[in-house]
Amino acid sequence: MSNIRNAFRNGKAFIPFITCGDPDLETTGKIVRELAAAGADLIELGIPFSDPTAEGPVIQGANIRALAGGVTTDKIFAFVSELRKDVSVPLVFMTYANVVFSYGIERFVSRCAETGIDGLILPDVPFEEKEEFAPACRAHGVDFISLIAPTSANRIAMIAKEAEGFIYLVSSLGVTGVRSEITTDIAAITAQIRSQTDVPCAVGFGISTPEQAAALSGSADGVIVGSAIVRIIAEKGRDAAPFAGDLVRRMKQAIG
Amino acid sequence: MTNPNGRFGIHGGQYIPETLMNAVIELEQAYNHYKNDPAFNAELETLFNEYANRPSRLYYAEKLTKTLGGAKIYLKREDLNHTGAHKINNVLGQALLAKKMGKTRLIAETGAGQHGVATATAAALMGMECVVFMGEEDTKRQALNVYRMRLLGAEVIPVTSGTATLKDAVSEAMREWTNRIDDTHYCLGSVMGPHPFPTIVRDFQAVISKEIKQQILEKEGRLPDVVMACVGGGSNAIGTFYHFIEDKDVRLIGCEAAGRGIDTFETAATINTGKLGIFHGMKSYFCQDEYGQIAPVYSISAGLDYPGIGPEHAHLYDIGRAEYVAVTDEEAVNAFEFLSRTEGIIPAIESAHAVAHALKIAPEMDKDKIIVITISGRGDKDCAAIARYRGEDIHE
Repeated sequence: MSNIRNAFRNGKAFIPFITCGDPDLETTGKIVRELAAAGADLIELGIPFSDPTAEGPVIQGANIRALAGGVTTDKIFAFVSELRKDVSVPLVFMTYANVVFSYGIERFVSRCAETGIDGLILPDVPFEEKEEFAPACRAHGVDFISLIAPTSANRIAMIAKEAEGFIYLVSSLGVTGVRSEITTDIAAITAQIRSQTDVPCAVGFGISTPEQAAALSGSADGVIVGSAIVRIIAEKGRDAAPFAGDLVRRMKQAIG
Repeated sequence: MTNPNGRFGIHGGQYIPETLMNAVIELEQAYNHYKNDPAFNAELETLFNEYANRPSRLYYAEKLTKTLGGAKIYLKREDLNHTGAHKINNVLGQALLAKKMGKTRLIAETGAGQHGVATATAAALMGMECVVFMGEEDTKRQALNVYRMRLLGAEVIPVTSGTATLKDAVSEAMREWTNRIDDTHYCLGSVMGPHPFPTIVRDFQAVISKEIKQQILEKEGRLPDVVMACVGGGSNAIGTFYHFIEDKDVRLIGCEAAGRGIDTFETAATINTGKLGIFHGMKSYFCQDEYGQIAPVYSISAGLDYPGIGPEHAHLYDIGRAEYVAVTDEEAVNAFEFLSRTEGIIPAIESAHAVAHALKIAPEMDKDKIIVITISGRGDKDCAAIARYRGEDIHE
């Protein structure tokens, strides 16, 4: 049983996303601790990439701020090591294939395992390319997270069967970012997923309010919120932790 | 050369969000069907010949040859195509394919604006909606092309993210494709991106080398010693190389944009300065830092100002089949001016990179050797920028 599964044992899981080093790693540390205290069941930590093609403007902005601040993959590993001295909430990295590939896949994943990272999300690595990354992850006990999208259709069973940790169900077409309305039939997709696997399923992309979180968590096992939190960090900068914590607390309450 | 997983050696692949996977699978299936469909091919050939003005001329540049005093130089005149560049070959193919697939909207990225203009042109011809993403920096460098696209009925969206150049335009077009897939085809402009794009674009551009081969055999009764072209993503170069890959005695030379020099950070010479990576859907060589962050590349040529290179080029480089040389801004501008004065042909600044390398190697070669340079596009669009480079401020 991976640490990630534990994140789904406390009712519906609430999973916030933040970008490491936005605006600096000291602030990221404060925010992570605040989010954990506010009831986050698992935290997605973004390693910034220069050209994040799956992100909307809000998270693109976080990537730019973090890289401009001088954060690097090595600094983030050192940061996670330090964080793990007092933070036990499951942590997954979300980044892009080239960040992992250029570091060396084996070297990257073994550092994940050493520092206490439980999973890895690479939005530009679909099922067809995952065997380049997944074997190293399996060898080190790091879950390689699979994504399923509204367009996955006939691919859902194939992806779900090999899923590990949790399944990231993309709620909508397009890139990450706040949306006023989500029209995908999440219940239908989660039903298809459940017929293939008991790996939990968390829904993300476009969720910004506790009401949306509550509505979408109905058929899923958890809810992922990124842009709405990153937007707070963009506005409040180094003082963002309590404001981000407040949103997470309300989100966690809303999904029960 | 493509294996079933869309790989060229270790390069290529499909590193894209799950949201797009069914779209590229559908595209691959449609392409595999239509590429062998005689009616599709007849329709495309008619468009090539009647609309795009193919076959393009293979012109013996006698004055250039005599001035340089070495190898005999032929110019493959893609600049004479409708819309003024090789880009139309790929666009007519993809637009026709998209139409057969029931798509009603084309989106595209553009650097210099040539691919955007070609896409807007095909969309107008075929009655499709068209949206072109162009780096804001490039909209300034290539204002005339922005106007041309609008005139043709396309919407041009300036991209302000990142370095506001070609790579950011590609990222933004990919983002838009994930947002609207059902009615939209992403008309990628070069031999890059996820499989099957590098193969599809190559096949539509391969008409260049198919014609060169026929034309040179008619004129010279033998194959050339060197074929060369400029390389950004590499579509005119792969088109120029493709039918010569198996002819091992023909040297294939791709000319990259060195910008201010490959020993500076202001360069876009991917093979000469990049390393293996994964970006924009493909594994290939990319200009990047030690942590895999994509480098902000630079070239005077908006069309070559891209941090990567198509996966088939990366493979041709790995196996030693093709050579990739770096040409600086200064060398390209000199060649731009030299060809204009010598032959009365103003090449695109992109194509001038290939001309520049020919100016270096032709004089060293025997007079019985033959070089073919693909002039991928015409240089009218570049005149204002080159004038500025020479310190002359002209307004169009």
